[in-house]
Amino acid sequence: MHGDDTRPWTFYAFAAFFTLFVLFLYGPMIVIYILSFQGPNGGMTFPMNGVSLHWFSALVSQTRVGDIAGSFVRSLGLAAMVAVITVVLAVLAGLAFRRRFRGSAFAFYLAIASLIMPGLFVGLGIALTFRLLGLPTEWFTTGLGAQLTWTLPFGLLIMFAVLGRFNRSYEEAAIDLGASNWQKVKEVTLPILLPGIIGVALFGFTLSYDEIARTALAAGAKNTLPLEIWAMTTNVTSPTLYAVGAVTTIVSFIVIVLSLGSIALVQRRRAAAGARTE
Amino acid sequence: MAPPPAQAVVEDNSGERASWFQVAPLVVVLLLFFGLPMLVVLAVSFFDFSRTEIIPAFIFDNYIDLFRSEVTFRLYASSLKFALIVWLVTLVLGFNIAYFLVFHVRGLLFQIGLFLLCTVPFLTSNIIRMISWIPFLGRNGIFNQALQGAGITSQPLEFLLFSDFAVIVAYVHLFTLFMVVPIFNSMARIDKSLLEAARDAGAGRFRVVAEVVLPLSRTGIALGSIFVVTLVMGDSFVVRTMSGGQSASVVSALQNEVAALQYPPAAASAVIMVIIVTLMVAAILRVVDVRKELAG
Repeated sequence: MHGDDTRPWTFYAFAAFFTLFVLFLYGPMIVIYILSFQGPNGGMTFPMNGVSLHWFSALVSQTRVGDIAGSFVRSLGLAAMVAVITVVLAVLAGLAFRRRFRGSAFAFYLAIASLIMPGLFVGLGIALTFRLLGLPTEWFTTGLGAQLTWTLPFGLLIMFAVLGRFNRSYEEAAIDLGASNWQKVKEVTLPILLPGIIGVALFGFTLSYDEIARTALAAGAKNTLPLEIWAMTTNVTSPTLYAVGAVTTIVSFIVIVLSLGSIALVQRRRAAAGARTE
Repeated sequence: MAPPPAQAVVEDNSGERASWFQVAPLVVVLLLFFGLPMLVVLAVSFFDFSRTEIIPAFIFDNYIDLFRSEVTFRLYASSLKFALIVWLVTLVLGFNIAYFLVFHVRGLLFQIGLFLLCTVPFLTSNIIRMISWIPFLGRNGIFNQALQGAGITSQPLEFLLFSDFAVIVAYVHLFTLFMVVPIFNSMARIDKSLLEAARDAGAGRFRVVAEVVLPLSRTGIALGSIFVVTLVMGDSFVVRTMSGGQSASVVSALQNEVAALQYPPAAASAVIMVIIVTLMVAAILRVVDVRKELAG
C-alpha cells in the first residue's frame, strides 16, 4: 500500500464517490442560502427573481413570521448555559471514571440510555412530571434539563475519548514535584485536557442550539429558535424560511470556527513551548 | 466508547469517594430529567384520562387499546420500513466513506480535513438541512427542472417531495454521519500491515475488505447501527415535514396524541416503543459484543 506512488483505480472510484457524498451533504444547504437572497417577488425555488435582502428584513419584523428575534435570543442564552453546565459536569464525571468505583456501571448505562432514548419521550416525561408536580415548564428550567439529557452523555463520551489518550505520568510528576492536588488539576490536568474541553463546549453549544425533539414538549410557552422554525415550516411558504436558515447556520459556523480555531491555537502554542524547552 | 480502563487501582476509599463527588452532579441531573420522567411515563401509561385531565389509576386499557388497534401495526410497519431502508443505505455509504478516509487518503492533515468536512453539517440545524431539500425535490424544483431540461421526462415527477422517498432522502442526509464516525474509529485502529499480509497471501482487493476490514470494523458498524436505528425509530419531525403529513411513524402518531392531551395512551405507546427499540439494540449487541471489543 505504500512505497509506490501509483494509486489503484479504486482510489479514483472512491474519490468520486466521496465527492458526490460531500455534494449531497452541502449542495442543498448552499442552494437555500442562495435562494434566501431571492427578490421580493421570488418564490421558494429557482429561478431567482432578482436579488435582495427582502427576506432577511422580513425576519426582523416580528408580526409577519412570529417571534424569530425573541426565540433567537432565548436559544443563544440556553445554548450558552447548556455549554457551561455540560463542560463542568462532563469533565468532572470523565475524571471520576479514571478510577474504579462502585456504581460506575450504573452511571455509564444511565448516560447511554439517556443518549439513545427517543428525544420526544424525554420531553414527554419531563412535561408529565412537572404537570403532576403542579410546576410550570419553562425553556430555562425544564427545557434546559431536557437538553442536558442529550448533551451530558455526548460530553461524557468525548471525555472518554480524550482521557483515553491522557498520559498520567505528567500528573505523577507534578505530585513528585510537590504540587497539591488542586495545583495538579489546575496546572497540569486541565491545561492538557483543554482542547478536548473546548470540543465538549462546542458540542454542548451546537447540540443545544439545534435541539428540537427533547425541547418540543418541555420548553413551555416560549419557543426556542428550532421550535420557531419548525412552526414556520407548516405555515410560511416564502424564502423567509431560507433566510432564517442562513442566519442560524452562520451562527453555527461562527461557533465551530471559533472552537476549532482556539483548539488549533492551543496546540500550536504547546508545540512552540515544547520546541523552546528542548 | 466504554469508560477508559481505570489506570490505577485505588485501594483506599478516598479515591472512590472522590469519584462519587465528581460523577454525582451528572448522575443527579440525568436522574432528575431522564430517570424520574421515564418512570413517570411508565406510571402514567396505566392512568385513566378524560378530555381535560389525567386521572391516577392502575388500568391496562391504554395497552389493550393499543394492541387492539390495527393502526398500531401499520405505524410500526411504517417505522420499521424506514429504519430498515435507512439503515441499509447509511451502512453502505458510511462503510465506504470511512474506508476511503482511512485507507485511501494519505497525510494526517488531509485526513482530518476531510473528516471535518463530513462532520461539520452535524453541528448545524437538522431542520434547516431537512427543509433544504424542498427547493430540490418540489414539483418545480431543481431536480424536476433538470430532468425536463435534459429531456428525460416531459412531466414533473410528483413523487419526489412530500413522499416516503423524500423522508428517506432526508434521513440519509441527516444520519449518515452517525454511521461514518464510529466505523471510521474502528477502521483507524486496524493495523495496516494486516491488509498487506492478506494481500501477500494472495487475497484480492475485495476479499481483503470482506475478510479483514469488515470483521475488524464490526464494533463501529454495531454502534453506528444502534445510532441510526434508534434515531429513525424515535423520529417524528422528519416524517411529518418531508411526507407532507402523508406518512406517519409511531412517534409522530404519539405526538398527535400529546397535542390532543391524551397523555396516558401516548405514554403507553412510548413504553411499547422503548421495549421494541431496546430489543432491537439488544439484537445488535448480541451479534457484536461492543463492550468486549472496546475493552480488548
